[in-house]
Amino acid sequence: MSRLLLSNVSPYWGPLLMLLGAVCVGLGAVVIGRFFRSSRPTREKLEPYECGNPAIGDTRGRFSVKFYSVAMLFLLFDAEALFLWPWAAQYHAEGLFFLFEALLFIVIVGIGYLYAWRKGAFEWR
Amino acid sequence: MLILFLKTALLFGVLLTAIAYVVWVERRVLGVMQARLGPNRVGFGILATLPVVGRLFRFTKETRLFGLGQPIADGLKLFTKEGIEPAGVDPWTYRLAPILGLLPVFLGFAVVPIGPDVPVLGRIVTTQIADLPVGVIYLLAVGSLGSYSVVLAGWSSNSKFSFLGGLRAAAQMISYELPMGIAILTVVMLTGTLSLREIVAAQGDIWNLFRFPPFLILAFVISTICAVAEANRAPFDLPEAESELVGGFHTEYSGMKFALFFLAEYAHIFLGGSILAVLFLGGWNIPFIGTLAKVLPVLLNPWVYWILGVLSFALKVFAYVFFCIWLRATLPRFRYDQLMNFTWKVLTPLAAFNLLAVAVLGKLL
Repeated sequence: MSRLLLSNVSPYWGPLLMLLGAVCVGLGAVVIGRFFRSSRPTREKLEPYECGNPAIGDTRGRFSVKFYSVAMLFLLFDAEALFLWPWAAQYHAEGLFFLFEALLFIVIVGIGYLYAWRKGAFEWR
Repeated sequence: MLILFLKTALLFGVLLTAIAYVVWVERRVLGVMQARLGPNRVGFGILATLPVVGRLFRFTKETRLFGLGQPIADGLKLFTKEGIEPAGVDPWTYRLAPILGLLPVFLGFAVVPIGPDVPVLGRIVTTQIADLPVGVIYLLAVGSLGSYSVVLAGWSSNSKFSFLGGLRAAAQMISYELPMGIAILTVVMLTGTLSLREIVAAQGDIWNLFRFPPFLILAFVISTICAVAEANRAPFDLPEAESELVGGFHTEYSGMKFALFFLAEYAHIFLGGSILAVLFLGGWNIPFIGTLAKVLPVLLNPWVYWILGVLSFALKVFAYVFFCIWLRATLPRFRYDQLMNFTWKVLTPLAAFNLLAVAVLGKLL
């Protein structure tokens, strides 16, 4: 145990510890707070807030399809931008051919972007 | 490992205190900007009522210390507030969402280099929880996890305001993620590494902001806009637009669960400031330290250097936090269609052209 404590470990332990810490802060605040706060629910208090009126209709009803298309566009372009990260990290070490490869890739993504624009995917109505 | 534990605990302590006090700073600054005072009453007078040591703190009754006790009073109040769980919520999702909101922000802080290395008991200790070789990608990946908590909170609350707020927040967060990533690519191209530690080390002579003008300045502006938008701050605070959505995704949250969302939001501002400081403003590098050290060699003592470095980093982050508060006092809120059009039709192509320009000119010049 003491040897583990004093050893140098993989850097990926850091995020794990931060994760545990954040869970402890979140859970701790909610769970410990339970012993200090009052809880006197009444029917009116438990109603979902709708400016004081009784709630009308179904909450999780239909919503605009725009949100789906934004999520899809994000997935597409973010995944495509992801391919550029290793390229950018190697940019200085390589020559002109390396640059043209990426330019070609960006042009292809750009055509997709223009297509989405022409189809009105970015119009928010 | 032990050092890692201590560093993590220390970072949590510093962050939670800083967040508590930045709420006070925000209220005071907003007060001054709106020609009023803000919270300036709560001091530490309660210490004088302690049974035995109270006499030592008698002076606290006379001074109010500019309201410095306010964050503690607020924290205690939130801690003891009744936690209402409205009828019809999806219980476990509802309870999970606020905790889930904290995770991505604190995970992000794991890779932020806060200061120079420092020798402690013969060991070189880095002022960074973890130096991941893929730091920048890790930051962006963890950053986009933030929309889960918001969507789950909105969906599980069984309120229309929450539902709409959650959807809006998620769409906004992912939309502003994209130009930010493309703008940051230019920094990676210039430094040739994805490790945040090496990015800071590469800025010893000149900040990334001033390299390759004016393209990196443009990348910095785009990243700043996106950082403000991802933290859901004014003028991009559409997810919690009071005039139309009441509280947005946290309408139905109260007490400590609401406080956790609040905490995550302010931690997000700090994370945004840290990312900008590390990538563009030189991280913990101290401007003109080389020239100054010729006159005052004591500055190169590792501990003095460390303190100056951490101060330099903190100053940059707080400058960004102040900028956020200033924005909130100055700018009105966007309309939702303006918000979405701005990122998809202006910021994204602008960032892409910026990237192209840096790529082509960097090879030709």
